[in-house]
Amino acid sequence: MENLIGLLVAAPLLGAAVLLCGGRRLDRSGPWVGTLLAAVSFALAVALFADMLGRSGEERTLTTTVFSWVPVGGFRADVGFQLDQLSMTFVLLITGVGTLIHLYSVGYMEHDERRRRFFGYLNLFLAAMLLLVVAGNYLLLYVGWEGVGLASYLLIGFWQHKPSAATAAKKAFLVNRVGDMGLSIAIMLMFTTFGTFAFGPVLEGAGQAGEGKLTAVGLMLLLAACGKSAQVPLQSWLGDAMEGPTPVSALIHAATMVTAGVYLITRSGALFDAAPTAQTAVVTVGAVTLLFGAIVGCAKDDIKKALAGSTMSQIGYMILAAGLGPVGYVFAIMHLVTHGFFKAGLFLGAGSVMHGMNDEVDMRRYGGLRKYMPVTFVTFGLGYLAIIGFPGLSGFFSKDKIIEAAFAKGGTEGWILGGAALLGAGITAFYMTRVMLMTFFGERRWQPDADGNAPHPHESPKTMTVPMVILAFGSVFAGGLFAVNDTFLKWLEPVTGHAHGNPPVSALTVTAATMVVLVLGVALAWARYGRKPVPVTAPRGSWLTRAARRDLLQDDFNHIVLVRGGEHLTRSLVYVDHTLVDGVVNGTAASVGGLSGRMRRLQNGYARSYAVSMFGGAAVLIAATLLMRAV
Amino acid sequence: MNPVNYLYLAALLFTIGATGVLLRRNAIVVFMCVELMLNACNLAFVTFSRLHGNLDGQIIAFFTMVVAAAEVVIGLAIIVTIFRSRHSASVDDANLLKL
Repeated sequence: MENLIGLLVAAPLLGAAVLLCGGRRLDRSGPWVGTLLAAVSFALAVALFADMLGRSGEERTLTTTVFSWVPVGGFRADVGFQLDQLSMTFVLLITGVGTLIHLYSVGYMEHDERRRRFFGYLNLFLAAMLLLVVAGNYLLLYVGWEGVGLASYLLIGFWQHKPSAATAAKKAFLVNRVGDMGLSIAIMLMFTTFGTFAFGPVLEGAGQAGEGKLTAVGLMLLLAACGKSAQVPLQSWLGDAMEGPTPVSALIHAATMVTAGVYLITRSGALFDAAPTAQTAVVTVGAVTLLFGAIVGCAKDDIKKALAGSTMSQIGYMILAAGLGPVGYVFAIMHLVTHGFFKAGLFLGAGSVMHGMNDEVDMRRYGGLRKYMPVTFVTFGLGYLAIIGFPGLSGFFSKDKIIEAAFAKGGTEGWILGGAALLGAGITAFYMTRVMLMTFFGERRWQPDADGNAPHPHESPKTMTVPMVILAFGSVFAGGLFAVNDTFLKWLEPVTGHAHGNPPVSALTVTAATMVVLVLGVALAWARYGRKPVPVTAPRGSWLTRAARRDLLQDDFNHIVLVRGGEHLTRSLVYVDHTLVDGVVNGTAASVGGLSGRMRRLQNGYARSYAVSMFGGAAVLIAATLLMRAV
Repeated sequence: MNPVNYLYLAALLFTIGATGVLLRRNAIVVFMCVELMLNACNLAFVTFSRLHGNLDGQIIAFFTMVVAAAEVVIGLAIIVTIFRSRHSASVDDANLLKL
């Protein structure tokens, strides 16, 4: 069974190699090759899952060392895999959703000339992401981590002829580099502290290491998670990443890659449990981001960017839960999985809408689409109900648990975190209802574009609707399935551990409060976008709306603080270089030059003057000798 | 006679030779002044030999004579060659190597 883990990664990697090197003769069959290999990977994952279920809770972890990667003296890095319940959850999510999205892309990218390359990149992403989650040590995890970053860069900039896509890809890559820096520093710190990269010794040894060092490692891991999962302060790339094709947004920037940060924190749980300061930083980042993303999501008219704000916000929930320690790990992962279903479904729905609307993304130019796209409407609607936490659907179970766990943190901190999570739930209901109303309800607002082509909204082909339907099923039932009898909790507990919190208010009260803010959010959105017609051009809006449209000034902040700051820094460094460093060097050169110019006069070519120096030198030597004797 | 007087004489001869080397332009005269200095040294060596009552100084004097003879051969050859090519024996004119 252990050997299958390697195959799991190898199948999509093979796909990437074949598709990227295969040349034009694969243009026609390429999409199906890519989809097939993704499906193979999924089948292997299911086989491994079935095998894992056959063993009892504690014995489910599979570890295997494939080969010794860098054996140098005391330094030892192996290519080894570790498949436990946590990895398995991710593997199933990645391969399952990944296969569905491959299938969807077959229809979505039908008319794109470079679709073979697209599927190659998608397979590359799957391979890197699977490597990330099945890696048995941090160094191999880092390889996967960089791999998904590369795939993300390639796919965001897939339509590289658009300058905006090329810029967005660069932005995503650069911002991610900052986070990757954090991960590499964290790994180096781990090596100096524990002398190894493997998960087992590092996490078991966490108790013995000094708290200061663990805090440093924890903060660096948090920085890494912030970069990859688009958390404040490294969140600015996610909105622009929507320049990529919609299946990419669904797979990479909603369901899987952006949740890698949550995986990292949950995997390193033992380190964080021993470093309370780092944990506080994690929950702060989570709480700030979940509000930040939600507020941004409220103001965006671009359907994908609204969903991107929502993704940021939902991952904020997960990071918050992961920062709560053993109380929250299970719920973070549970929300991650349900979010994977409904957010991927929502993105695919958005892609389907764009597909039928000549790639229009402005929701103000949609309206009344439910009549034209019934399947998209129903699946998107189910995803919508799941994300806002409608009772009985996926989001309800997972999000409710997180809010409860946040309150259970205790003290003022608990009230602040719980309040933020609760407020976030209300805002989520507001912006998602807004998206829903603007897209599928109200009167039709689309108009012919500049070339006079009026869009003819139509339902998408089967390859696109089938994945949407399957994901809609997941959005509806996954949460309930996980929550009944605490199935998910029991499944994950052997790996992450679990502790029951003591919330200051009863679970029922939390649920009731969530329902109240949910209804308030929906009602407010209805009052603003349902009852009144939506204007085609966006109104000016309040200062908050204007700021949120600009992503709460994240780019302005980055520009003023980082770009301008960097420019000033370089300018002053150049000044110092020119005046001080060059001054010293040039001054030395000038004085040596001047001195030698004077010395040169001594070499006048007259034998007699040389004789004078000889006699003078001899006289001085003799005088010195005599003087030394006398003394 | 007090041997120290020979030392005074040697110093006087050396000074005359050195002054000549420094002040005269004619290569032949400069050359003769160099010889004068060498012989002043010889005189000093022999005097010290006498003063200390051993033969070291006299042996060194012989060495000096041999070196001086060799030097004369080469030095005169150079001076003659320079005179042939430049029609002058002035040491100041031989400045081709000057920058």
